[in-house]
Amino acid sequence: MNIALLLEMAAEAAPDRVGLVCDGKRWTYGDLLAAARGAFSIIQNSGAEYVALLDESSEAAVIAVFGAALAGVPYCPLNYRLPDADLAALLGRIAPALVIGDEERVTRVARGQGHTILSREEFTLKAQETVPADDAREYDPGEGVAIQLFTSGTTAAPKAAILRHSNLLGYILGTVEFASADEADAALVVVPPYHIAGISALLSSIYAQRKIVMLPAFSPEGWLGLVEAEAITNAFVVPTMLARIVDAMDKKAADGGAVVRTASLRAIAYGGGKMPLEVIHKALERFPAAGFTNAYGLTETSSTIALLGPDDHREALASEDPKVRGRLTSLGKPIPTVEIEIRGESGEVLPLGEAGEIYVRGEQVSGEYKEKSALDAEGWFPTRDAGYMDEDGYLFLSGRADDVIVRGGENMSPGEIEDVLLTHPAIADACACAIPSIEWGEAVGIAIVTRDGFEAPAETELKDLVRSRLRSSRVPGKVAFLAELPYNEMGKLLRRKVKEVLAG
Amino acid sequence: MKPGTRLKSAACDTEVMVIRAAEGQIECGGAPMGEAKPAEAAPLAADFSAGTLMGKRYVDAAGQYELLCVKPGKGSLSVDGQALVVKDAKPLPASD
Repeated sequence: MNIALLLEMAAEAAPDRVGLVCDGKRWTYGDLLAAARGAFSIIQNSGAEYVALLDESSEAAVIAVFGAALAGVPYCPLNYRLPDADLAALLGRIAPALVIGDEERVTRVARGQGHTILSREEFTLKAQETVPADDAREYDPGEGVAIQLFTSGTTAAPKAAILRHSNLLGYILGTVEFASADEADAALVVVPPYHIAGISALLSSIYAQRKIVMLPAFSPEGWLGLVEAEAITNAFVVPTMLARIVDAMDKKAADGGAVVRTASLRAIAYGGGKMPLEVIHKALERFPAAGFTNAYGLTETSSTIALLGPDDHREALASEDPKVRGRLTSLGKPIPTVEIEIRGESGEVLPLGEAGEIYVRGEQVSGEYKEKSALDAEGWFPTRDAGYMDEDGYLFLSGRADDVIVRGGENMSPGEIEDVLLTHPAIADACACAIPSIEWGEAVGIAIVTRDGFEAPAETELKDLVRSRLRSSRVPGKVAFLAELPYNEMGKLLRRKVKEVLAG
Repeated sequence: MKPGTRLKSAACDTEVMVIRAAEGQIECGGAPMGEAKPAEAAPLAADFSAGTLMGKRYVDAAGQYELLCVKPGKGSLSVDGQALVVKDAKPLPASD
C-alpha cells in the first residue's frame, strides 16, 4: 500500500477543503492530489531514480513526496545547509535524480552527474499543468522505498536511512485517526523538509485533514506572527525554537509592545533533541491553554515511538511528588504500536530502572540503510540512545550509547571534527564530544594533546580552524588541553571519559 | 491475507485495506470481497447495507480482523457472515 493513499483519501473525502497554506497561497486536497499526479508523470518521463529536494519547505515538498510515491521512486530531501563538497557527494550517491529547488547551486556542484534540475516554481507549475494520460496511470503499489534520508553517525560519511511505504503507513495509521481534525484546525509546520519530523508532519496532518500552514524559515517573530494570522491550533517545534519563541515573547512583554495573540494554540509538540527543563517550564507558563507533547523518535523509526502527553505534562507540573515532577524530563511512554526494551552491553534485556541501550521494534521501525540493515534477527532496532524505563513505564534518556553529539536536534559526528583538528601541525591527538548546553541541549567540547616541541594552539585559533573547514555549529564551546587521551585495550578512543573531564 | 492488501466490494463502491486478517472470508454487502473488482456486480444484501465510512476501522470481536475503509460505500462489512463493528478510536496527542 502506497503512502499516496493518505492524500487520496483526504482528497476523496474533502476535495475542496484547504489542506496547505504557504506564502499566502492556498491549496485544496484536490489541488494537491492533481499536482502529485502531474508530478508522477514528470518523474516517470525524466527517468530519475530519486526525487530530491534542495529547498526550504513549500508546496513543492508536498507535491514531490506524493508524486515520488506514485511513481515508485524514493523521495530524498537534502540538507541545504551542507557545504558544497558534502552536497555534491550526496547528490552523486542518488544520481540520476530529479532535483527540485536551488537550480543554480545543483548545476554548479553536481555538474555531469546526470540530474534533471527544476526550480521550485518550474516544478510546481509543470505538476499543475500535467495530467497523466489515461493509459499511463500505473501508480506504484507501494511495496518499496518511499523515503531516503541521509543521517549522521560517528564517522563523517552519512548513512542513507530508508523508510518503506509500510513503515510510514504503519506509523500514520497506528497513531492518527482519519479526518480527526476540526475544519478550523491549522498546523504550523516549520521543521526543515529534510528532517523526518518535517515529513511525518505532512503525512499526519493530511491524513487527519488538519490544514498545514508552512513557515519555510524559522524566526520567533515569524512564528508568533503566523500563529496569530492563521489562528494556528497545532505546532511542532524543536527545543531551540521553543526557547527562542519564549525569549521573544518575554522581550516583547518587557518592551511593552502589543501582546501576540496565541490563544488559538491548543497543542504544542516538541522533539528532535533534549528539552531543557527551564525552557519547558517557561513555555508551560507562556501558553497556559496549550497541551504539550514531548515526542521521541528517530529517522529510522519513522519518527515518534514514545510520547509524554498533555495530561502527563500537567500532572508533573502540579505534583508535589518528585517522582511525578521528574516525568517532565522523561520521553514519556512507548506508543501502543511499538515495543521498547532496554538492553545491556551483551544484548541481555535489563530490568526496569537499569540503564542500557534503547531498542525498539514495530511496523514503523525500519532500521534499514541502503548499505545494510541494523535490525537484529528478531527485528529489534538499536537506537544508539542510552536510557532506562522506570517502574511506571516511563522512558528516560541518559545520553547517547555511541558518541554522536546532538546539538539543536542535529546529529554531529565527532570524527569529522577530530579529523579537522588533526590537520593542525601542533596537535598530536584530538577528541570531540558532547558538553551540556542550555541553548542547544548539547554542544561541542574538545580535548587536545599538543605535539612535543610545539606550543599549544590558542583556543581562538582552534575555533577558527573548525569554523572555516566545517560549519559554525561544529565550533567547540569548550577546549581542554590534556597530556594524553584515554584509550581502551582495543585502541578505541574513550570519548565518554573525555566528556567527564570536560564536565568536571 | 497480507496486511496492506486492498480489497474491493462486489456489491458496492466500498474498498478496504487489510490491517489484520485471519483465514476467513471477508465480505461487503454480503458478497465476498476481492483484490480485483468482479465484472458482474453482486446484489447488495439487505442485512449488510448499513454502509462503510471512509477512514473508519472495522473489527471483529476476537480482534483477528481489522480493515481500514479507504473508499466509502453502501454495503457493510462482515467475515463469514458475521458483521464487523467500528473500532473505538483512542487517538494519541498529535506528535509531529
